[in-house]
Amino acid sequence: MANVTATAPATERLQLLRVLGPAHIWALGVGIVLVGEYMGWNFSVGKGGMIAGLAACWVAGLLYTCVAMIDSEVTSTIAAAGGQYAQAKHIVGPLMAFNVGLFLVMAYTMLEAANAITVGYLLDTVAGMMGHTGLNQKPFIILSIMFLAWLNFRGVLATLTFNLVITAIAFLAIIALFISVQLGVSAVPMDFSAITTAPLPYGWIGIVAALHFGLWYYLGIEGTCQAAEEVRSPARSLPYGTMAGIMTLLIAATMTWYVCSGLLPWEYLGQAGTPLFDAARVTGSAGLMVLLFVGTMFSTLASANGCINDASRAWFSMGRDRYLPSWFGAVHPVYRTPYRSIVFLVPIALIFALGAPLDQVVTFSILSGLLGYTFMTFNMVMFRRKWPLDTIKRGYVHPLHPLPVIVLLTLCAAAYFAVFLGYGTQLSAMMCFYIVASLWFHFRRYRFVRRGDQFTMPWPKPAGY
Amino acid sequence: MAYQPPKQGLVGQVFDVITLLVLTVGALYLPLYLGFAGAAKTPNPIPNPTWEALGQNATEAKQWAAIGITDPAAANDIITARFDYSFSWAPLIVMAVLVIGYFVLVVRLSDREYREVIEERFDPKRR
Repeated sequence: MANVTATAPATERLQLLRVLGPAHIWALGVGIVLVGEYMGWNFSVGKGGMIAGLAACWVAGLLYTCVAMIDSEVTSTIAAAGGQYAQAKHIVGPLMAFNVGLFLVMAYTMLEAANAITVGYLLDTVAGMMGHTGLNQKPFIILSIMFLAWLNFRGVLATLTFNLVITAIAFLAIIALFISVQLGVSAVPMDFSAITTAPLPYGWIGIVAALHFGLWYYLGIEGTCQAAEEVRSPARSLPYGTMAGIMTLLIAATMTWYVCSGLLPWEYLGQAGTPLFDAARVTGSAGLMVLLFVGTMFSTLASANGCINDASRAWFSMGRDRYLPSWFGAVHPVYRTPYRSIVFLVPIALIFALGAPLDQVVTFSILSGLLGYTFMTFNMVMFRRKWPLDTIKRGYVHPLHPLPVIVLLTLCAAAYFAVFLGYGTQLSAMMCFYIVASLWFHFRRYRFVRRGDQFTMPWPKPAGY
Repeated sequence: MAYQPPKQGLVGQVFDVITLLVLTVGALYLPLYLGFAGAAKTPNPIPNPTWEALGQNATEAKQWAAIGITDPAAANDIITARFDYSFSWAPLIVMAVLVIGYFVLVVRLSDREYREVIEERFDPKRR
């Protein structure tokens, strides 16, 4: 019998290191997502107005609370690298797992590209403020992605410790801006008159449309479970880190909407590249401008850092299972990282970071995330049906099942409609991509995959099989 | 007897990687590059714009100035740009069929593969 894994060198049998605690999980989740407060969320104001932006913030918060509840139960039971990918493999089946792996890789790689675009845009803005207009953004975009890929290549502990520090600083910058504005630091007063003069510029449909970019406030929080194989105590750390992350983001999102909506005209806010930094500019305070510049830089770098970490873990897992060429399933003999996957995804991020507009890249990331949340609904139902509560030990059991599933599915349907409003072409392109990729996997790639080896959990046979 | 997958050579692995890359760039990047995809937000600038005519009060005018836009003409396109949310039911239904059909396709094909996995994993004769 000849197959790639059977003849693989010793390096491919190396395991990922279990070195992470709850704080790292919080940093991984919030680190990826906090950038959603620094850029991208404000396009929801552009799609529906100020009130719609706030409604989207809270409705998306509800959606992600359901995601965190569902994900915590499944992840605390299936603690393996790849997160939702490993869940799909054990609960729904190989093709679904392949698709979920692609959702994760595309969502995080596009988010990484969006972060790099924001770094370039911010530096261009600051250079313009200092009289150096026309800064070439591309070298900074390339440098950001290459540096963070190198950091990930060198090791997960250093990477996520780095994330922990810069995420905390970026979060404190939002709080500092909020408090400063409350204390009257701003040279220009806050103005919420648009709430009465133009409450819903697109009518009620604008609230639904705004949900599209409302997801950006929290998109990626589910990435906490990507590091499941590298966590010391997954059953405790993953639910704790994820829930703490959601609470952090709900607070940050509300403060962000309040400060930005008060300091920036909604029409400008709806298309701004760096809304929190722009809000700091309006205050006229040099200290706040520097702080929010640092916050924006740190949040984008932390996010891109976490994205590289998560996307490469998903790609690595698929390579290890031979859903993709097994060459990607290798662990670095010294750094113990999935180094080939990290390097391979760099050019894809660069293509989109250098050649696509921010809102389009953000939309691709959101769509991949949305497909993943849709998967979570029926995945959860199948998980409970195939392994009822008394058949296997779960690290965490989420309450009120199936209410979170029903709420999540309803909100996902609304979000698809929201994307369709204004970005229908991207939705079509993305669905065509996944359909063709699925057919490619089922009819070509799957023959290279061992059947029984895909099921690695020590569980009884699923009910109904 | 457990299923024995064929060995995939280097050329085959490279071919598969290139296929995925072409698929990603072709389906997602090419429509953007060729201008087929994009947000349906179009500006409707007004002639001789003033802050008042653009619906901006005195505080908002100060906010525009603080972010470096002092001339209302420079903000004309930004303020007047709007999405067009009018749609017909046919594209919406097509979209719904595409999304639902995709998930039905994936779940059904997955289940077929999953039964093989479970059979091999839990049947001692086939391991």
